[in-house]
Amino acid sequence: MAMEVTQLLINAQSIDGTVRKHAEESLKQFQEQNLAGFLLSLAGELANDEKPVDSRKLAGLVLKNALDAKEQHRKYELVQRWLALDMSTKSQIRAFLLKTLSSPVPDVRSTASQVIAKVAGIELPQKQWPELVVSLLSNIHQLPAHVKQATLETLGYLCEEVSPDVVEQEHVNKILTAVVQGMNAAEGNNDVRLAATRALYMALGFAQANFNNDMERDYIMRVVCEATLSPEVKIRQAAFECLVSIASTYYEKLAHYIQDIFNITAKAVREDDESVALQAIEFWSSICDEEIDILEEYGGEFAGDSDVPCFYFTKQALPGLVPLLLETLLKQEEDQDLDEGAWNIAMAGGTCLGLVAKAVGDDIVPHVMPFIEEKISKPDWREREAATYAFGSILEGPSADRLMAIVNAALTFMLNALTNDPSNHVKDTTAWTLGRIFEFLHGSTIETPIITQANCQQIITVLIQTMKDAPNVAEKACGALYFLAQGYEDIGPNSPLTPYFQEIIQSLLSVAHRDDATESRLRTAAYEALNEVVRCSTDETSTMVLQLVPVIMLELHNTLEGEKLSMDEREKQNELQGLLCGCLQVIIQKLGSEPTKYMFMQSADQMMGLFLRVFGCRSATAHEEAMLAIGALAYAAGPDFAKYMPEFYKYLEMGLQNFEEYQVCAVTVGVVGDVCRALEDKVFPYCDGIMTQLLKDLSSNQLHRSVKPPIFSCFGDIALAIGEDFEKYLRYSMPMLQSAAELSAHSSGADDEMMEYTNSLRNGILEAYSGIFQGFKNSPKTQLLIPFAPHILQFLDSIYMEKDMDEVVMKTAIGVLGDLADTLGSHVGGLIQQSVSSKEFLNECLSSDDHTIKEAAEWAKHAITRAISV
Amino acid sequence: MAPHEIRRPFKRRPISDQQKRRELSLLRQSQHRSDAQQRARNLASSVISLQSSSSDVDPEILFEAVPELDEGTESESSSFDVRQASRLRGPEARKWFARQLMLPEWMIDVPDNLSRDWYVLARPAGKRCFVVSSDGTTVSRVRNGSILHHFPSALPGGARKKGASGPANSYSILDCIFHEFDQTYYVIDMVCWRGYSLYECTAEFRFFWLQSKLAETGACDPPSFYHKFRFSAVPFYNCDQTGLHSAYTGSLPYVKDGLLFYNKHAHYHTGNTPLVLIWKDESCSQYVIDTDNNGEVPNQQHIVLELQEEGKLVTSDDPPVPFSCLNADFVKQSGLLSGSLIRFAIGDGGLNCVDGRFEKADLQYIGVSNRARAFADSYSKIMFQYMARHSPLKVEDLASTISHENQQDKTPEVEMSD
Repeated sequence: MAMEVTQLLINAQSIDGTVRKHAEESLKQFQEQNLAGFLLSLAGELANDEKPVDSRKLAGLVLKNALDAKEQHRKYELVQRWLALDMSTKSQIRAFLLKTLSSPVPDVRSTASQVIAKVAGIELPQKQWPELVVSLLSNIHQLPAHVKQATLETLGYLCEEVSPDVVEQEHVNKILTAVVQGMNAAEGNNDVRLAATRALYMALGFAQANFNNDMERDYIMRVVCEATLSPEVKIRQAAFECLVSIASTYYEKLAHYIQDIFNITAKAVREDDESVALQAIEFWSSICDEEIDILEEYGGEFAGDSDVPCFYFTKQALPGLVPLLLETLLKQEEDQDLDEGAWNIAMAGGTCLGLVAKAVGDDIVPHVMPFIEEKISKPDWREREAATYAFGSILEGPSADRLMAIVNAALTFMLNALTNDPSNHVKDTTAWTLGRIFEFLHGSTIETPIITQANCQQIITVLIQTMKDAPNVAEKACGALYFLAQGYEDIGPNSPLTPYFQEIIQSLLSVAHRDDATESRLRTAAYEALNEVVRCSTDETSTMVLQLVPVIMLELHNTLEGEKLSMDEREKQNELQGLLCGCLQVIIQKLGSEPTKYMFMQSADQMMGLFLRVFGCRSATAHEEAMLAIGALAYAAGPDFAKYMPEFYKYLEMGLQNFEEYQVCAVTVGVVGDVCRALEDKVFPYCDGIMTQLLKDLSSNQLHRSVKPPIFSCFGDIALAIGEDFEKYLRYSMPMLQSAAELSAHSSGADDEMMEYTNSLRNGILEAYSGIFQGFKNSPKTQLLIPFAPHILQFLDSIYMEKDMDEVVMKTAIGVLGDLADTLGSHVGGLIQQSVSSKEFLNECLSSDDHTIKEAAEWAKHAITRAISV
Repeated sequence: MAPHEIRRPFKRRPISDQQKRRELSLLRQSQHRSDAQQRARNLASSVISLQSSSSDVDPEILFEAVPELDEGTESESSSFDVRQASRLRGPEARKWFARQLMLPEWMIDVPDNLSRDWYVLARPAGKRCFVVSSDGTTVSRVRNGSILHHFPSALPGGARKKGASGPANSYSILDCIFHEFDQTYYVIDMVCWRGYSLYECTAEFRFFWLQSKLAETGACDPPSFYHKFRFSAVPFYNCDQTGLHSAYTGSLPYVKDGLLFYNKHAHYHTGNTPLVLIWKDESCSQYVIDTDNNGEVPNQQHIVLELQEEGKLVTSDDPPVPFSCLNADFVKQSGLLSGSLIRFAIGDGGLNCVDGRFEKADLQYIGVSNRARAFADSYSKIMFQYMARHSPLKVEDLASTISHENQQDKTPEVEMSD
């Protein structure tokens, strides 16, 4: 059954495109026509030490890709195909794979390790290949070093691939024992020790029981800590990665070791290679993450009810930890502000300092202030920058009261530095720090304002001036302006920004038009700031926002006129189109309601024309932005939007078909809702097309699942708009709703993320039912809905009994009960009375603290009373 | 070196503005969806349920000669939307509709920013009524809730006729004045249109909607078989010098009865509101000073007050303004019940005001009021009538307030509508 594939695999890596393509097609054909033979041939190739390394490596890779894929539906298919293979084929393949682990060629062994883990990932949950772990570990002590290394690597990948609950504790113990022994200093071979350390990193999730056992935990921790002192840098790095993972997985077990770990990490941060030092800092960042989460839960509704207590490791470590982190701030790289991907010890240290501030609050301030005061005026830019960065880092966490005096004293100094400091780095960090001040210490919740009548003029003048500085500095100034505007979000009718509004808008537009605006994402930052300034503007400045409309429209028009652009230019052009559509969207939302609406709507035709032309360019981001803007326009235009539908419809359909760029699809689904509410019954002529697409979307397993709940909600929007004319879609939509309802009724054992999805699905389904009932209300066709009532009531009952719905679902669900009673009335009076929902659930909602739930429940109560009284 | 997978470089923005736009859009859409559902559930959000409004008007006091159809079939219900209300019959319907009109206060002083925030329109003389078109028929009801006409109209859902009037379940509610002379319903406000509630919309929007939508339906066409009465939108003006002048002196197809002032930002509010004002003088109204039952102006000003517990006499305002007190023995002797509407004359002692607030009145008891009345007088009506007899607010006062405002407020304003 197996076939000679060596030549094909070598050809598939040929530099000659024709040869390569031919080989790839032959492989594909082979896979499609005879899967078992294909896989067996690949496994045989991989295991055969006489074959060339290149063909063996590719054989392994193709084999791996035949077992797993990124897309969920494809992965599912591949798994099913593997499981359907006959036993003898599978046994042969497994044997080939295990044999490969002893190959002298390292790359081949490594590939085999990964393939074994993939097979295990499919088979172990099905209780197949039960002997795998035992056969891997049976004689691990007698194995030659390279085989031992490959075996440990395999165990690591296996732990990464399968979930802990499919491996018996006995096997877990064996795996951990082998791995930890391999890490031990007594292990003379560094490759083995490194493989073992990396395997432990992946196996930590399996070690729950072992971490509960003091002796075993002590042993693991000792071995890990010893590994951080290994002479081999890669082993030290891997060992610190284990510590980082332990910090988040076993936080509550660390009290006993934290002092030693502090010493180890401090030494690493000060003396070790940067790759190791970064992990040592990351350990403390992870500890902070844990404590921030726990303290947040403490502060939440159920005070002191957290599963894990806070041990305040960060607070205890402050006197040593803060100086350690401050030292790192002085190790900046030249030009790190210009490199998007930069990540170094100074940045990691600053990030960690920020987390420490969030975890301990006010307590950090006295530990940092002396450093800032000492360094802020030093001649060396590194010291000034480090001092400013330290200041910026601690602005989130401590209370406003604690920071206010310091910030007020620093403000003038910083405005001065922004104007006069000779260093680009210092200015960059200073502008960023100002942004943080405005983000956290400026706004309606702050009692004593930082920005006053006395300094407002100066702040704005300096920021506008700074926007003419180097792109990276100007970008931070735009960011600061963004938060400055945001702080006035709910200021009321008179904004302190009004006198400067025109100047700010003009400056931001000039920044966006700078020749170097594409550097350091300056242009993006300028439009983002412009958007926020518009969003937070008041009626006083609405004429100025109106004047902005033709300006932005002209810019968008210009981007559509460009001819013969290079790939790179086109990409920048598309990005700009996205930004401009985004800006128009914000303006539409601002002006699209009273009293500016009628003036604004005079530009609607032109604007719509531009959006439609944007759809002509291939760019997902620009599409999404244009679509969002059109949704806002539809809402503003109301029934008048009908005139755009003939042209717009095809793009709406295109958006709904865009499975790959699911964000575009999701946004389009939302816009269908906007269009329905705008057009009401006038949307009817387009509904056949829209419903067809939506139903296709729902049945597609390619489409990202997050789009599905909004599609159900969209059914409701359509039904509410077209009323009883929804009749023709009932026989397609109702079964889909029904099966989705059955799926989402029970959620036992789901994790938080799954629970959230289940609730959003329920909400979508319920919104669909609400829309349909309301749409049919007072129609002679109401009776068509009667057959669905028992199932819907049952759905309501079962989600009530599950006791796991969130407030949003609760409100929608009780509303559906009311809609059902309201529309179907006496036809379902008896059914309603039998349901749990109409009693316990209704009562629970009636006494809810959430007034929207209560309101929906009152409505349901009246509707039910009417339905059962007739 | 790449950042740790969960650490973003600290100096970069945590969420993009694009993400923010996306989230705000979703928020807006879900808000609109829930608004749409809310509207569908309870079309008139300011609807007052029968139970909660039943205390002060006893339907038995009202009388009416219109035939009563299937009375009481829905009397068990406790919450209504307008469509259901439109099917109410008899006293229940009267009671419900009596509560649905927005009632202007009388202008006893000139509001601020008249030229910027207010519209002015000439009120047609005639019967104020609520016109509901629904389920193929149109019903008009006057202020106390009783039916004026029951007729087919070209309003949405207003006649049993296929075609232009839109889907069968659409309905509309208009606030009108029926002008006897040319048998026309002059529309002064739009409350619901094609099933879409305008209660929560500003006057600015409602007036715009009214002007653009009414004509579309053919409701302004001359009467025909399916359209018994002509409808016409009342022209309105910004309340600047020109607007005031046009409304006050302009020639119109109807007889004027005073001027109405609408605050542009006000929603449709059932009951008395200070955001709509009525003002009259002799040159724009035949009915400045109230007449008695015989249509003659009495020597003394008559007012109607409501009797409450312990003899308290109050106006129809919310909250009621106490005016005086009746002696408990007197109440007992005359057999007056709490809730009765009682007519008084204002004696020579007049009304005493301190700092613009009413303090004391010289009231003379006349008797129980005409049974057709649903309400006592409002405070502003009593004051306006009193001022009309003594020191009226003149049109010159209005004009000079406006020109004074203009001098103060020289900043250029862009008119966003009309």
